[in-house]
Amino acid sequence: MTLLGLKTFRHGIHPPQSKEATSGLATRQFPFAPLLTIPLAQHLGKPSVALVREGQEVVRGQRIARADGFVSVAMHAPASGVVRRIGLIPSTTGRMVPGVFLEPFPGSTQEVMDGTPCPPDTSTPDEIVTAIQDAGLVGLGGAAFPTHVKLKIPEGKSVDTVIINGAECEPYLTTDHRVMLEQREDIFTGIRYLLKLTGAERVIIGVEANKPDAVAHLGAGLPDDLPIEVKTLTAKYPQGAEKMMITALLGREVPSGKLPLDARALCVNVATTAEIGRLLPHGRGVQERIITITGPAVEHKGNYRIPIGTPLRFLLEHVGVDADISRVFLGGPMMGHAASSLDIPVTKGTSGVVAFGSSETERTHQKVYPCIRCAYCVDACPIFLNPSELGLLAQSQQYERMAEEFNLMDCFECGCCSFVCPSHIPLVQQFRFAKAAVRKAGAA
Amino acid sequence: MASLVKTLEIRTSPHILSGYSVDTIMFNVVLALLPTTAFAVYAFGAAALLTLGTAVASCLLAEYAACRLAGRASTLGDWSAAITGLLYGLTLPPGLPLWMVAVGGIVGVTLAKSLFGGLGFNVFNPALVGRAFLQAAFPVAMTSWVAGFAEDRFAVLPGSTLTLPFSTPIYDAVSGATPLSLWKFDRELAGVGDLAMGFVSGSVGETSGLLILLGGAYLIARNMMNWRIPAGVFASVAALSGALHLSDPQSYASPTFMLFSGGLMLGAVFMATDMVASPMTSLGCFVYGGLIGLLTVVIRVWGAMPEGVMYAILLANAVSPHIDRLIRPTVYGTSGGGGSP
Repeated sequence: MTLLGLKTFRHGIHPPQSKEATSGLATRQFPFAPLLTIPLAQHLGKPSVALVREGQEVVRGQRIARADGFVSVAMHAPASGVVRRIGLIPSTTGRMVPGVFLEPFPGSTQEVMDGTPCPPDTSTPDEIVTAIQDAGLVGLGGAAFPTHVKLKIPEGKSVDTVIINGAECEPYLTTDHRVMLEQREDIFTGIRYLLKLTGAERVIIGVEANKPDAVAHLGAGLPDDLPIEVKTLTAKYPQGAEKMMITALLGREVPSGKLPLDARALCVNVATTAEIGRLLPHGRGVQERIITITGPAVEHKGNYRIPIGTPLRFLLEHVGVDADISRVFLGGPMMGHAASSLDIPVTKGTSGVVAFGSSETERTHQKVYPCIRCAYCVDACPIFLNPSELGLLAQSQQYERMAEEFNLMDCFECGCCSFVCPSHIPLVQQFRFAKAAVRKAGAA
Repeated sequence: MASLVKTLEIRTSPHILSGYSVDTIMFNVVLALLPTTAFAVYAFGAAALLTLGTAVASCLLAEYAACRLAGRASTLGDWSAAITGLLYGLTLPPGLPLWMVAVGGIVGVTLAKSLFGGLGFNVFNPALVGRAFLQAAFPVAMTSWVAGFAEDRFAVLPGSTLTLPFSTPIYDAVSGATPLSLWKFDRELAGVGDLAMGFVSGSVGETSGLLILLGGAYLIARNMMNWRIPAGVFASVAALSGALHLSDPQSYASPTFMLFSGGLMLGAVFMATDMVASPMTSLGCFVYGGLIGLLTVVIRVWGAMPEGVMYAILLANAVSPHIDRLIRPTVYGTSGGGGSP
């Protein structure tokens, strides 16, 4: 739908954007931590299989793990150095996961080892899918779903439009914004691969209205031979959710429980697209990613190109944090995960590191009241659920009924309901729990 | 290194909140009621002040007692009992014996709110239940009106105000009939200007329509009131009474009279919009508001009473959960179209 000339969807919220501190800052290279810890499971699907052993020397960009099956990807050395051991690394969920401990050489340069190039024009779709898997690419917007799986169009399905997601609706985050300003050619090269893979007729780059410079910059350099349009979207959360992008730009809905493919669309994050364009022509792999480090408790806020495996502790010490730092989360404040430990490393899915001091924490530490049926959540839910009703059912543990009568499983946990709730009921948390319970009951 | 050995707090997303809180919403409703309250005191003097004070005090007391009895922490801090008290007081005739005011307040909060489980669980608007109880128990006292703007209104109380419990109130010789009863029983029509400004007889806070609208506009601007509910009420009252008035102007009063007389403004703006007892969807709110308007006109025109807003809202409160069950937005991706906009 179109409102005041801008593409958008119904409902949603307007949280403070908090992007001013970093949106104007060019991406800077981050130094190597003394020890990088690289988990073998940074993506959804099966963990990668390590190809290195303790004591082995590796070169930056060298493949250190291979994919285990189709829904899995390769890993590459973020730095030249020595593998100290293969052991357990803490992850965001609190669990310990296997990974590679890599000690960079003191003089490790930023030079990267190249692999077998995969040129966009002469490669077949299958070759491109394999190249993307070999590059270790996953959705860089935060979901970390293996990109090649998403791009492999199954028999009998077709895609008419590829949407490049440059909405970046999460508050605080500005990495996609910087990518659009700094890596325009990489994005267009990435689009060449996407068009070849999907056979789509056109490409729409959707950008929120709060990034007019990115819209202008992309629009000014569009290659003549590519069917690309740049469209401006209303700045509203969760505009960047796949379903909201498709509804806003194409006026289509993704059927409940189905994929964007079923609406003949494919949605790829703009940073992921740029990485395809940057890595594939050289046969390289993902060994670093751009992350916004920001938040009220951070001194040197900015957008940084950070080696995968950099521990949060090193990262925060490098940028400097206030003494009263009390919360750190990976990703944006709406859907990001709270870090339970500073030993957690940056992974491929980490789009931002936001640190809050104790005053921000107090502000979200509020008294819980009973639901007063104000319907703020009903007016916020982008997929038209009734979070109030679902919340009451969750409290009485009627999970089955939530799923059967109130479409619980359609909830994608954007957090709009919790954000607006004046009773401060942890709605999303209840729904996550309920969804897990329903899935468990279904599997049993 | 030493600086970063802190313990981190872990909470689930979202990590930021809108800043709206139940107590801020409720407090703002109280603020929005202040102009109406101030005008009530100006119009009816000491009688209004005492009525409102007693109403608020009795509701707060009942709420507090219920919390103590249930062994819970006091919920006075959420301001909801204060709103109930204030709204309840505004619906009462000035000069109503204060002991009756207290009884109605306690009945309203206890019966309609505490017994249902407190804030968030009341099916009916507690202020209106309190008033309905009084209407049934003391019909004469509830329909005895004093005229506003008496010269000595700040110094002298109406004779009935301080009547002891269970003794018969004595009413002053000078009493004012409400515009609605004048119309209903004597076919005498008050001027719309007087009605809107509030220079007529009536309940403590039912007189100045414009000040009520002002308060409503404030809450709507702050997104603390669903404008569709009063809009639905006004639209259906205007449409119905307009049609009747056009068919027979002698027997049926004009829509403007219907809108600005009696408790319609106060009811539509502040009573019907009780978040707990009204529907959640936009369409549902229009239906609910429309139903209130329809019932109000029906009771006023064909009922035995001159005023029907209270019963109209209570009946609509009862229907509200059913409206929410019947009118549900289509969940994204379930319309079956897939490709439809």
